[in-house]
Amino acid sequence: MNRLKSGEVNLGTSIMAVQFDRGVVIGADSRTTTGSYIANRVTDKLTHVHDRVYCCRSGSAADTQAVADIVHFYLQQYSQQSGTPPPVHIAAAVFQKLCYENKDALSAGIIVAGWDKDVGPSVYNIPLGGGLFRQPWAIGGSGSTYVYGYCDATYQEGWGRDETVNFVKNTLSLAMSRDGSSGGVIRMCVITEEGVERLFVPGDQLPKFWEGREVLGAAAKKVLEPVPMAVE
Amino acid sequence: MTSIGTGYDLSASTYSPDGRIFQVEYANKAVENSGTAIGLRVKDGVVFAVEKLVHSKLLVPGANRRIQSVDRHIGLATAGLLADGRNISNRARAEANDFRELHRSGIPLKEMTSRIGQYVQVYTLYSSVRPFGISTIVGGVDKDGPSLYIIEPSGVYFGYHGAAVGKGRQLAKTELEKLKLQEMSTREAVLEAARIIYLVHDDAKEKEFELEMSWIGDETNGLHLAVPKDLLDEAEQKAKEALETFE
Repeated sequence: MNRLKSGEVNLGTSIMAVQFDRGVVIGADSRTTTGSYIANRVTDKLTHVHDRVYCCRSGSAADTQAVADIVHFYLQQYSQQSGTPPPVHIAAAVFQKLCYENKDALSAGIIVAGWDKDVGPSVYNIPLGGGLFRQPWAIGGSGSTYVYGYCDATYQEGWGRDETVNFVKNTLSLAMSRDGSSGGVIRMCVITEEGVERLFVPGDQLPKFWEGREVLGAAAKKVLEPVPMAVE
Repeated sequence: MTSIGTGYDLSASTYSPDGRIFQVEYANKAVENSGTAIGLRVKDGVVFAVEKLVHSKLLVPGANRRIQSVDRHIGLATAGLLADGRNISNRARAEANDFRELHRSGIPLKEMTSRIGQYVQVYTLYSSVRPFGISTIVGGVDKDGPSLYIIEPSGVYFGYHGAAVGKGRQLAKTELEKLKLQEMSTREAVLEAARIIYLVHDDAKEKEFELEMSWIGDETNGLHLAVPKDLLDEAEQKAKEALETFE
């Protein structure tokens, strides 16, 4: 389980979604790999499934695309039949059903997020086994393991749009710098009642944090003079 | 047969020359002969009441229920052939479960009604089956508030504030029209519903009946439940008193 076939395209990823008072911010890096080769450095992992419901995909590119396509089809049918846009929890429930019932065949970690009339903004995490968890924020993909501490220490309730966008941007930048399978650019979406706004951060404009310095090189140059023992 | 103008009523899959399906019309007759069933959609919920005609004194009280629970938040009352009502409620329950399994939430009433409507309609298409001899009142409370529908033997359905089917439907409807249903609470509606059932019951033709009632609303926390014994007794008491002063 959870092994890619040799040559299978992997989204060794950093993805995240955070809800705020009026909507949700979702974000992802843009790296797609086949082994050590970067198959695509400008991938869009933020996938539309309905007008106000998106998902962040991690795991096998093929598997998650197929699952997102099925959910997209289902939600179109649902909105036609019910005459209303689908609530986020319904989209999440369909994702969960597909991921759970096919857990042996799939490698898919998906975060579903969006806005609906009933509950406003919401974020659902569907990790590898096909569980379903509603969370105020969720991170996923290989890069997420490096930034759990940062998120726990930083996240606060009651943020507005801009603070939330910055949180997502910083978290992803940190994850991308530590995780070899993540990188490229940051793509983000702000989903509110009014619409979906796409944001883009180029790879040379990522927020910078401490990036290390030549500790060993500096130490080698500095010659330690022997100091005579102090005598009274 | 065509020369003498008969033979158009032998199957549900045959139209008459003027475009009617006689089997469906006969199904409506089966409904008209049944004890009355009513539904009230009020401010915070829905109330069902059924005039259950007791054809034998040997029957256990409370037997042959005509109000069923379909899901936690949906009730269903039928008028017509009792067994057809059971078949419909079985199907409705299956649909409710299907929906829950896929969506992890209760089925909206609109969706439930549409599914029952489709199911009923299919039985008007084939010569091998007979249309349902029932009219179904479906009601409940979902995220959009209370709603109430009637599904007829043809499969058509409409939404109502007040619904009445069966023998006494005409009188019941005129009584329902007098009420301010949108301003009423479920508790008040229970009393009115009981009164209407007692009023429409014709004790010249039918001797005995049982009043069967259920409700869904704020007081039941959005669940479809039988009206509690004390309230039912109070409603029956008041209904009998109102009957004295009616004419």
